[in-house]
Amino acid sequence: MKKSSKETEESAGLVTRRGLVLAGLQLGFMTVLGLRMRQMQVEEAENYRLLAEENRINMRLIPPSRGIIYDRTGVPIATNTQNYRIVIVREDVPDVDETIAKLRRLVPLDEDELEKSLREMYRRSPFVPVTLADRLSWEDVAEVAVNAPALPGVTPDVGLSREYPLGADFAHIVGYVGPVSDYDLSKLQNPDPLLQIPKFQIGKIGVETKLEAQLRGQAGTKRIEVNAAGRVMRELGREEYTPGTDLQLTIDHGLQNFAQARLAEESAGAVVMDIETGDLVAMASSPSFDPDLFVRGISTTNYRLLTENKYRPLFNKAVQGLYPPGSTFKMMTGLAALRHNVIGPGETVWCPGHMNFGGRRFHCWKRGGHGWVDLNTAITESCDVYFYEAANRTGIDRLATLCHEFGLGERFDLPVSAIREGIVPSTKWKAQARGEQWFPGETLNTAIGQGDVLTSPLQLAVMTARIASGKAISPRLIKSVNGIESPIEEAAPLNISASHLRLVQQAMYNVSNGRRGTARRSRIVTEGMEMAGKTGTSQVRNITAAERARGVVSNEQLPWERRDHGLFVAYAPFDKPKYAISMIVEHGGGGSSAAAPPARDILLYALYGGVPPLDAYPDDQRERIKTMLSELPIRPRQEPSKTPSRA
Amino acid sequence: MSYLEYKVQTIPSGARKILYANWAIALLLTAVACVGFLMLTSVAGGDFDRWAEPQMKRFALGFLVMLAVGMVPIWFWRNMAGLAYLGALGLLILVEFFGTVGMGAQRWIDLGFMRLQPSEVMKISLVMILSAYYDWLPISKVSRPFWVLLPVGLILLPTALVLKQPDLGTAILLVAGGGIVMFCAGVSWWYFIAVVAAGVGLVAMVFSSRGTDWQLLKDYQFRRIDTFLDPSTDPLGAGYHITQSKIALGSGGWTGKGFMQGTQSRLNFLPEKHTDFIFTTLAEEFGFVGGFSLLILYGLIILFCVASAIQNADRFGALLTLGVAATLFLFFSVNMSMVMGLAPVVGVPLPLVSFGGSAMLVLMGAFGLVQSAHIHRPRSR
Repeated sequence: MKKSSKETEESAGLVTRRGLVLAGLQLGFMTVLGLRMRQMQVEEAENYRLLAEENRINMRLIPPSRGIIYDRTGVPIATNTQNYRIVIVREDVPDVDETIAKLRRLVPLDEDELEKSLREMYRRSPFVPVTLADRLSWEDVAEVAVNAPALPGVTPDVGLSREYPLGADFAHIVGYVGPVSDYDLSKLQNPDPLLQIPKFQIGKIGVETKLEAQLRGQAGTKRIEVNAAGRVMRELGREEYTPGTDLQLTIDHGLQNFAQARLAEESAGAVVMDIETGDLVAMASSPSFDPDLFVRGISTTNYRLLTENKYRPLFNKAVQGLYPPGSTFKMMTGLAALRHNVIGPGETVWCPGHMNFGGRRFHCWKRGGHGWVDLNTAITESCDVYFYEAANRTGIDRLATLCHEFGLGERFDLPVSAIREGIVPSTKWKAQARGEQWFPGETLNTAIGQGDVLTSPLQLAVMTARIASGKAISPRLIKSVNGIESPIEEAAPLNISASHLRLVQQAMYNVSNGRRGTARRSRIVTEGMEMAGKTGTSQVRNITAAERARGVVSNEQLPWERRDHGLFVAYAPFDKPKYAISMIVEHGGGGSSAAAPPARDILLYALYGGVPPLDAYPDDQRERIKTMLSELPIRPRQEPSKTPSRA
Repeated sequence: MSYLEYKVQTIPSGARKILYANWAIALLLTAVACVGFLMLTSVAGGDFDRWAEPQMKRFALGFLVMLAVGMVPIWFWRNMAGLAYLGALGLLILVEFFGTVGMGAQRWIDLGFMRLQPSEVMKISLVMILSAYYDWLPISKVSRPFWVLLPVGLILLPTALVLKQPDLGTAILLVAGGGIVMFCAGVSWWYFIAVVAAGVGLVAMVFSSRGTDWQLLKDYQFRRIDTFLDPSTDPLGAGYHITQSKIALGSGGWTGKGFMQGTQSRLNFLPEKHTDFIFTTLAEEFGFVGGFSLLILYGLIILFCVASAIQNADRFGALLTLGVAATLFLFFSVNMSMVMGLAPVVGVPLPLVSFGGSAMLVLMGAFGLVQSAHIHRPRSR
């Protein structure tokens, strides 16, 4: 086909026109692209930049090291130890089954734990390290490290875990830590983000939980860059953690150990208090348990062993246990009567072995009666009738007021779990608690520490310390925080005349040292170390009139849980009181036989700062004591590992 | 018809032709390719050997192909147009049976030294056959329905084959590219208006059918459209790539985060970062300045092509030049629209910048045709 020149011209013109239109359209669209680019990169850039940062930067928390807890001499009670573990990174492991099999030959692997870990490993991204075995010995970890070439993807790792080098001795005071549970989280309004760290340990009971805020410290943070899959690429910045505050308790590790060992056979509680400062130097509760079991996560079997034990190892008898104080309460009744001048200091009361009151007969423990007794004799020989009379004349409310002044029925603010305030009955208390009116007969029961009155060993120790000093000493458990000594409050004098107090103190001296004292067998013979005490026996069952007629069944013939509680309170030295002790031996029988002997041993340890010397005991007991002491499973005193102060 | 029909006295011949090549376009193409080398080095984390080096070799080869094609007289290519079209069509049918399916569902034939995508070849062959067709067709017949339907058939035949692969992106480029050549050839506006109106009507009908008894698309297809229109409704699913791409692009700001400092690209938030999403990395690391500069480079190529075409009295050469420029335009505009969230993700690479062998060779070959048209244009006007 031949084209005319005209047609060529026309065609070229058309192409030119259409080409220019097309170029215009294309440039127009490119302008749109350019404007879009400008809108995103200039106007909205800040938004997108923020999104990009959110994409790539993650904050990770660095767990702080927990504050260390020391005893009063600087020996560590709760520390952080290197926790050796084995970590696996799935993507680096060529054959998981084979690697596990090899590992099994090198270190002990717990089957349940292993299964849990493997499940977690497959659930998470392949580059996330998962702990396979925890709390390994250094040797095991070294074994893995040596065999590293044969175990690709398996690495030994180290973290911090709580350790209680003194084991069961401090289980009730210090408590233990454990991994955060959903229950823990549900209790908190605004949980610390630290608690979201898997397996992060927090205090569960005792000082560990009560002073959690101080012990925990502040988390550090690191800013890390992650890629789209969440893999950590590098660390961008780091803010170190603030370690938890170190604490020093007033407890002496040696005395505590001795007390626990001395009471090991019994279901018992004891509190030793420094009369000058209020420092609690020992708070024993026996039997105890191994806190480490709980740190690891206790097995159901072990837990059942603890809960089904009739001696209740998990129960802190020193502060949580409430017992009728029995005759140890009689100092209160006596002091109340003296203060209100209803019985004169030398006034006597006739004890025929019982007292008839309101149509009921109230018995004295001594069937034949004590005859004419004054306060001194009444305390020394623990005459009940004298105190029935004294309390009846004083009135329950005036007695209750005095009890509170001496610490009974008071809740002391100590950082331990389950402190209970007990009961000091009064007309007001009965109206509130039971909605009933007070019967005068109840005053008589209360007078000898029976009836509704309930006290804890801690309260009895405080009471004893206040009797010994005449001051309102308060117990103290924290000696120093971060090396800074906690202030000791100057105790206010009690509203009791010194002569009345002296009378009671002298009577307590006679209990321990007098010819007819109920705790004479448990006296201290060293001059200047003499002890003043008071025994108590509290019934846990009612003795019927019929039984009384037949003759009261002796404790030995009863099943353990129906026997009387044995109580004893004491302080020493008599002339210059230093330590007060209270002791309860659950269902141990009488206070003089069950509670006084161990209380003396513990008090002596406190006075001597070590295992008591035999010459503190009466001659005829030394052989027996020597054997007993030598068989006690006590730990030698330890030197402070480092000074708890951080100047 | 022969080349000698035109007044030939000023047309260069022999080796001197090379001096008459459109060096502006050659220079601009090289500049764009250099942007590609830079970005390929960046997305490989500074590793030049991984993508940039092979890409450089291919560009060198492509540049030689362009010169070689450009030296051959344009009438030869016009005569080859029919053969090229049939050949490309044959290859498209062949890959249906023997091709290998790779990422993005494009089929290729392994030639040993490179993977050939017949659909790439078809883009250029289609422009060639249509240019030759309108060169042959007297202008008076251009807008007659029969003579319009014929090229429409030429376009739809390969489009159907490509859609079957299925490669929606290439299909769109074929239809658009073919349509542009028809437009340049002077086909009446009314045809284009009618097609656009029909398209808009169809879209409107499809959308209004949603939720009714006569729903034209499946629910999941509607959801895909939703995701495209608002990627934030599905930030971790289908909308993820678009969302991340927009974040990368926007966070670049005026001047960008710096070479190899693009956090989004480097931390793998971007997909296909060395191919379809390479523009995102450019915009993230060099900002608006970098992205807009590349846009200007492309724009200059288009302008030089248009300038060359309107000087060219040879109808075939002019249409071919405009068609190749339009193909380039469609490539980069669809790609950029996609990464900026203006178009759905259809898998169209950024020409000369994205990593990829056959696309680059075919495009450089096409620019060889532009060079040939430029060198051998009649100079009598």
